[in-house]
Amino acid sequence: MSLELKNVTKRVGADVYIHETSLTLEPGTFNILLGTTLAGKTTLMQLMAGLDKPSSGEIWFDGRNVTGIPVQKRNVSMVYQQFINYPNFSVYDNIASPLRVAGMAQGDIDGRVEKAAELLRLKPMLKRRPNELSGGQQQRTAIARALVKDSDLILLDEPLANLDYKLREELRDELPKLFAGRNCIVVYATTEPVEALLFGGNTALLYEGRVTQFGPTSAIYRKPSDLVSASVFSDPPINTAKVIKRGEEIMLENQVTWRSPRIARAIPDGNYTIGIRPHHITPVTHARDASVIEGRVLVTELSGSESVVHFDMNGQTWVSQSHGIHPFEVGSTARLFVDVEQSFFFDGDNRLVGGAA
Amino acid sequence: MAKITLQDIRHAYGPNPESDEDWALKKLSLDLADGGAYALLGPSGCGKTTLLNLISGLLTPTEGRILFDNADVTQASPEQRNIAQVFQFPVIYDTMTVYDNLAFPLRNRGIGEKEVDARVREIGKMLELDHMLNKRASGLTADGKQKISLGRGLVRSDVNVIMFDEPLTVIDPHLKWVLRSKLKELHHRIRRTMIYVTHDQTEALTFAEKVVVMKDGQIVQIGTPIELFEKPKHTFVGHFIGSPGMNLLPCTVEGGRAVFAGNPVAAANAAAYKGNGKVLEIGVRPEFVSFGAQGIPVDIVKVADAGRYRIVETRHQDHSIKLLVAEGLVLPTRQAHLQFDPAHTQIYEDGWMVS
Amino acid sequence: MNKTVNQKAWFFVLPVVLLVAFNAIIPLMTVVNFSVQETFGDNVFFWAGVQWFEQVLQSPRFHAALGRQLLFTAIILLIEIPLGLAIALTMPRKGPWVSVCLVLMALPLLIPWNVVGAMWNIFALPDIGFLGRLINGLGIEYNYTRQPFSAWFTMVLMDVWHWTSLVVLLCYAGLVSIPDAYYQAAKVDGARPWAVFRYIQLPKLKYVLTIAILLRFMDSFMIYTEAVVLTGGGPGNATTFLSIDLQKIALGQFDLGPAGAMSIIYFLIILFFSWLFYTLMMKDEAR
Repeated sequence: MSLELKNVTKRVGADVYIHETSLTLEPGTFNILLGTTLAGKTTLMQLMAGLDKPSSGEIWFDGRNVTGIPVQKRNVSMVYQQFINYPNFSVYDNIASPLRVAGMAQGDIDGRVEKAAELLRLKPMLKRRPNELSGGQQQRTAIARALVKDSDLILLDEPLANLDYKLREELRDELPKLFAGRNCIVVYATTEPVEALLFGGNTALLYEGRVTQFGPTSAIYRKPSDLVSASVFSDPPINTAKVIKRGEEIMLENQVTWRSPRIARAIPDGNYTIGIRPHHITPVTHARDASVIEGRVLVTELSGSESVVHFDMNGQTWVSQSHGIHPFEVGSTARLFVDVEQSFFFDGDNRLVGGAA
Repeated sequence: MAKITLQDIRHAYGPNPESDEDWALKKLSLDLADGGAYALLGPSGCGKTTLLNLISGLLTPTEGRILFDNADVTQASPEQRNIAQVFQFPVIYDTMTVYDNLAFPLRNRGIGEKEVDARVREIGKMLELDHMLNKRASGLTADGKQKISLGRGLVRSDVNVIMFDEPLTVIDPHLKWVLRSKLKELHHRIRRTMIYVTHDQTEALTFAEKVVVMKDGQIVQIGTPIELFEKPKHTFVGHFIGSPGMNLLPCTVEGGRAVFAGNPVAAANAAAYKGNGKVLEIGVRPEFVSFGAQGIPVDIVKVADAGRYRIVETRHQDHSIKLLVAEGLVLPTRQAHLQFDPAHTQIYEDGWMVS
Repeated sequence: MNKTVNQKAWFFVLPVVLLVAFNAIIPLMTVVNFSVQETFGDNVFFWAGVQWFEQVLQSPRFHAALGRQLLFTAIILLIEIPLGLAIALTMPRKGPWVSVCLVLMALPLLIPWNVVGAMWNIFALPDIGFLGRLINGLGIEYNYTRQPFSAWFTMVLMDVWHWTSLVVLLCYAGLVSIPDAYYQAAKVDGARPWAVFRYIQLPKLKYVLTIAILLRFMDSFMIYTEAVVLTGGGPGNATTFLSIDLQKIALGQFDLGPAGAMSIIYFLIILFFSWLFYTLMMKDEAR
């Protein structure tokens, strides 16, 4: 019961919202759409659900062409960022509503609603109205309503974005457990790379209406196919610089030279862009001959468990993120160590040519 | 610049507060030093925005006094207190250009055009808005508009305190990062008192020199990010700060040592325990738990990859213990032993750290 | 978000379409028919082409009526829009008095228009009407049945009393939807009430004001019932506005041809001005 998008595009007037995209999602998987706002996540989800028709291309579900079939005829559930519930219904009625529309028997409805409420810890609130609930409880009601239908496709559009930080953490832990064991396809849109990583599953990186990479989350995090994918899937933003590789050495623009990492030995000499994630630049290192970088400190942020240093790298701002407390004086020159083995090399077309395995 | 003192403040939104629940802010006092960077951190409904609005003058407290540099400003308007506030969503004057938006507070105070021009250009440069000063403010992106809101506060050189009410809510994560560090840089440069309200602990801890943790209208702990992280005085602080929060495990104290489910655990404050609390817990942050050859036997239940570290969830009998493991470290397969760093393991009695 | 196309919607709309067609389009076509033909009765028609249009457009009577109409509408708009906005600004936005104020404002709008005309007819009578007696008692000569100026004064007063509430309610709805944070930010910026009005409230009321102006323009340009009941178009033809004039020609003199032409011209004038207002107010959006 897989969902397939075949060369789907979406155009509104002169604007292209989704460029040609092909994607296959398997049942029983948790799929994340990761990208900034306006990257096309919501548009793509609406096309998948049948809330919108693609300008070109086809959508196939379970071996049938469902392009153009409206969402009412598909077995789809959706959860939104703003906790959308029927304001005049109790929590019970809210959760039961899709089943009532489908004409299910009252006894069956009862059973299903109780089960969903139990799963989402809403049992004590079944008689209350949405406006009497907290934000987290309202969103859980919306999720319960989505689950109770036993849909083939469940779409969640940044459902945790309007919740408190801690609540977001708790629900993030709960969500995968809710969907485990079901044979549906779950699609979850988010702007936060860390959230995608913590969920696991598969991730599709979206940038300006294009899916730049799709695959198991950990894998594409560790092996981005190009610079855009690496940038989308980094928080804090990935540090980049132009380098020239010559034999055993790589040279940065400011004449600093590093020993070429093993991963780059195989690629030919020439000009490349190097990408290093902030947590691979640290104030302390255990490596014997770690590469060194120095820069004038612009900002230091200490958050109790980690330190983030923003420093000037040849006119660009680079970021170092490390465990522990390392207070650098603003304006001083910081001496930091770079784990070049963990860097990525991108060629002139910004495609990955060498990088951490 | 001003030192801010809140004396015995209590605030209720309704007219006749009777029970505890009617009070949005329970009785509290607070001292904020001149030029400091403060954060008010807490979950929704804890009273942090109420507290912010009391300091700025948008609300008048039901009880208590507010002093700026020892002058009573409890009844003074925001204008009289000389404050600036940046709101959750960008508030700009749509019909004006960026330049006019920034000049507005100065012009309202009757400052001459030459000085207005100098200040506006200076702040424009600081916030990297200088190349769009003549554009219409309504045409900017969300983070540009927030910068304008911020600029309107900075442009007045006599501002006592700048307040931020969850200002990064509408900003994208990768821009959030940039704006956050910009705010920190700004504070370092201009050294004015800044108060930042948020429910996001990362924002609070990276920005502030001192964080005020609040819950249910009360202040739970005030401290530097390091103090709050390493020595949380209340289990709520341990839980709320840190992602994931502190592990809390029920324990007993026998013979001067803490015991968790039959396993002795070395705790930093075991000696201070007097033995009259009802609920006893051991608190240790996942950052200070590690795998070892000996220790508490656990089963590994789940491993979540967060990029630069992994969150490992383990189980001992019915209890869940989380720990952080560096990227690349090899994990034991199913069963392992956990060790807690004694210097960072504390005993909590009825929620409060024993001392 | 784009909605999916649902053909069933046409069936829901069909009854309304038929009703509108029957009640509006067919009569309109009849008027067009009359405007290009000449008849002497007995259902005998001769093609007249643009003859009636030329006649109407050149008639001094039409120019006079049009002039009066334009003046009246201009006065109405100049008074009602600012007055309505001012009242909306003073109305409370929160608290127990909100519903009371809203009901008070709605009351004038609920009265049937001919009753409004009749009320003011008696109210302004110089001998037995409260207003009439009052004004005359102040030493001002006032008789709306005899003096054109008094007739205009009374008409304007009546229309303001009747219709300002509409502007008030529309502006109030617009004001209430402005989030508190804007007012707070203005307070923090030290803005005076006038600046708050000019830079926050007025820009946010743009759409609402456009609707209010359009509605008041169209309704005042078509004013008929209240005017007829109040003054009947008099004294003389001092308050004979376009619609009253039209009625006199069509039903009084039974000149269907000129009446038809005048109707079409009337319709086109309203259409033109409405388009003009709308475009002027909305031109910022095109940027």
